Amino acid sequence: MNVIEITDIVKSYRRGSQRIRVLEHISLTIANGEFLSLMGPSGSGKSTLLNLIAGLDQADSGSIRIGGTEISTLSETGLAAWRAGRVGFIFQFYNLIPVLTAYENIELPLMLTSLSKKARHAHVITALSLVSLQDRMDHYPRQLSGGQQQRVAIARAVVTDPTILVADEPTGDLDRQSAEDVLELMDQLCTQLGKTSVMVTHDPRAASRAHTLKYLEKGVLSDAPQAAVSECLQT
Amino acid sequence: MRLKLLFRNVFRHKLRAFLTIVGICVAILAFGMLRTVISAWYAGVNASSSSRLITRNATSLIFPLPISYLEKIRGVNGVREVSYSNWFGGIYIDAKNFFVNFAVEPRSYFDLYPEFVLPEAQATAFFRDRKACVAGQKLAKRFGWSVGDTITLKGTIYPGNWDFVLQGIYHGKNAATDENQFFFHWSYLNESLKKNDPRRADQVGVYIIDLKHPDMAANVSEAVDALFRNSYAETLTETEKAFQMSFVSMTEAILTVIQIVSCVIIAIIMAVVANTMAMSVRERMGEFAVFKTLGFGGGYLSMLILGESMALSGIGGILGIALTFPAARAFAEAVGQFFPIFHVSLDTIFMDIGAAMAVGAVAAMIPMWRVIHIRIADGLGRTG
Repeated sequence: MNVIEITDIVKSYRRGSQRIRVLEHISLTIANGEFLSLMGPSGSGKSTLLNLIAGLDQADSGSIRIGGTEISTLSETGLAAWRAGRVGFIFQFYNLIPVLTAYENIELPLMLTSLSKKARHAHVITALSLVSLQDRMDHYPRQLSGGQQQRVAIARAVVTDPTILVADEPTGDLDRQSAEDVLELMDQLCTQLGKTSVMVTHDPRAASRAHTLKYLEKGVLSDAPQAAVSECLQT
Repeated sequence: MRLKLLFRNVFRHKLRAFLTIVGICVAILAFGMLRTVISAWYAGVNASSSSRLITRNATSLIFPLPISYLEKIRGVNGVREVSYSNWFGGIYIDAKNFFVNFAVEPRSYFDLYPEFVLPEAQATAFFRDRKACVAGQKLAKRFGWSVGDTITLKGTIYPGNWDFVLQGIYHGKNAATDENQFFFHWSYLNESLKKNDPRRADQVGVYIIDLKHPDMAANVSEAVDALFRNSYAETLTETEKAFQMSFVSMTEAILTVIQIVSCVIIAIIMAVVANTMAMSVRERMGEFAVFKTLGFGGGYLSMLILGESMALSGIGGILGIALTFPAARAFAEAVGQFFPIFHVSLDTIFMDIGAAMAVGAVAAMIPMWRVIHIRIADGLGRTG
């Protein structure tokens, strides 16, 4: 069963008086529990595509159905509510709130739910144990290493039990070991918990952990050939 | 969590938060002090009674009225009691020891001014002794006077040294009553003038009329002035409030300037806090984008910003208000002779609170607008 169904989407940006086409008639389907990696050179439109899948931006035309919901027709408020319940985000630079502890950062998305404090606590503890950071729950982001911060970010992404996970260069700011740990965790989320993940990356090692590899160049999506992976390595 | 987040953000940059709070505190303190000066200026007006009229010479207050008018005024329909007073302008030891001193007809005067509360035994002693005087308790405290002391005033309008025996110390019925005044017998002054300067004898500065009912003010004023129309000393009768206002209006330009300065202070601190909030929000645009990504709406985030701004202004405002009280006390002690009623009124506190809230609200406006309208992709700084 497909969780993500993208049909013929076009996206352009206005830069001054010019209109720059970023995505050209993209169609893509991703099955439930699939781990898809998007590669491509800088400016190819992969982050834009990720933004559209995550409901952070709107396409000029085309359809995006996620978990049966047509999100291209949702209002901004509707999208915000949809994101809160359906999407988990993992960023390159973790994007944790520096004034909140690890526990509080993970609890943050739950503030938009009707869960009681007790229920929220149970969810946060579960998410913390998933990333093996129970002993760091009272630490502020500045007191954690990069790898630990990214694990907190993953815990924050999964605490609401979202339909899909989107990750933008999740290993881009990590050393090899931490990157490996994070990728292992993402793999587990897909294989053991059935989460559907879309990851944008420049790192072929990271991309190789995905079940499916797609390549985007000049706004056109294709299956990633080995040559493209190699080229990506070089750039 | 919301409050925790709000206060942690407020104090994220401790030095900046501290300096902003100090700025707001000083601004609110200055605003409160200036408003208190304005209130003090109007203290006489506010303390005046609606049932009292003042009759003075129509030409100018500096020209006296004959004592012979007393009985005629007393006979006007609607008049309950009449008293009179003369501005004496005496100096105690040195000119810098300024205080208000009047020659009055004691019984009727204290009958007309029940806000001056004098113990019965002291009142009796004051009424009986022609050389007696009474002083307000703040004045007595200022110069260390006790009942029985001899006080000598040097006359400026009425030359010579004038000795009085302090027979009473009055206190005010309420906080608005001036306790810095000095009263003595008009008859003592008049008898001396009869001997030394008969041309100035049998004259009073103003008549004070107590009405049977405040509604009769217009009719009584008209009737009194009609009595002396075309005489050599025509009268002008007005309510005590209007009489007091005529003194305030002489200094209206100063009051206007003080009012403008108090508003300018608030406008300046508004700009300072707005700048602080704008900087704080600009630095955290990425964080706000993360909040939006997670599903938090613009309304939630703008309330967070408004809360931060209000918290900064609130803390500064509370400190400013708290400091206004000791500052006002110190100011009153330093210049009490010019502002006998100098206390921070409830109105001033409400205005302080209003000003602090306005600072907080206005300072948050532009940052709120920016956060509501920021695109997530721009905030996160990641496109294509």
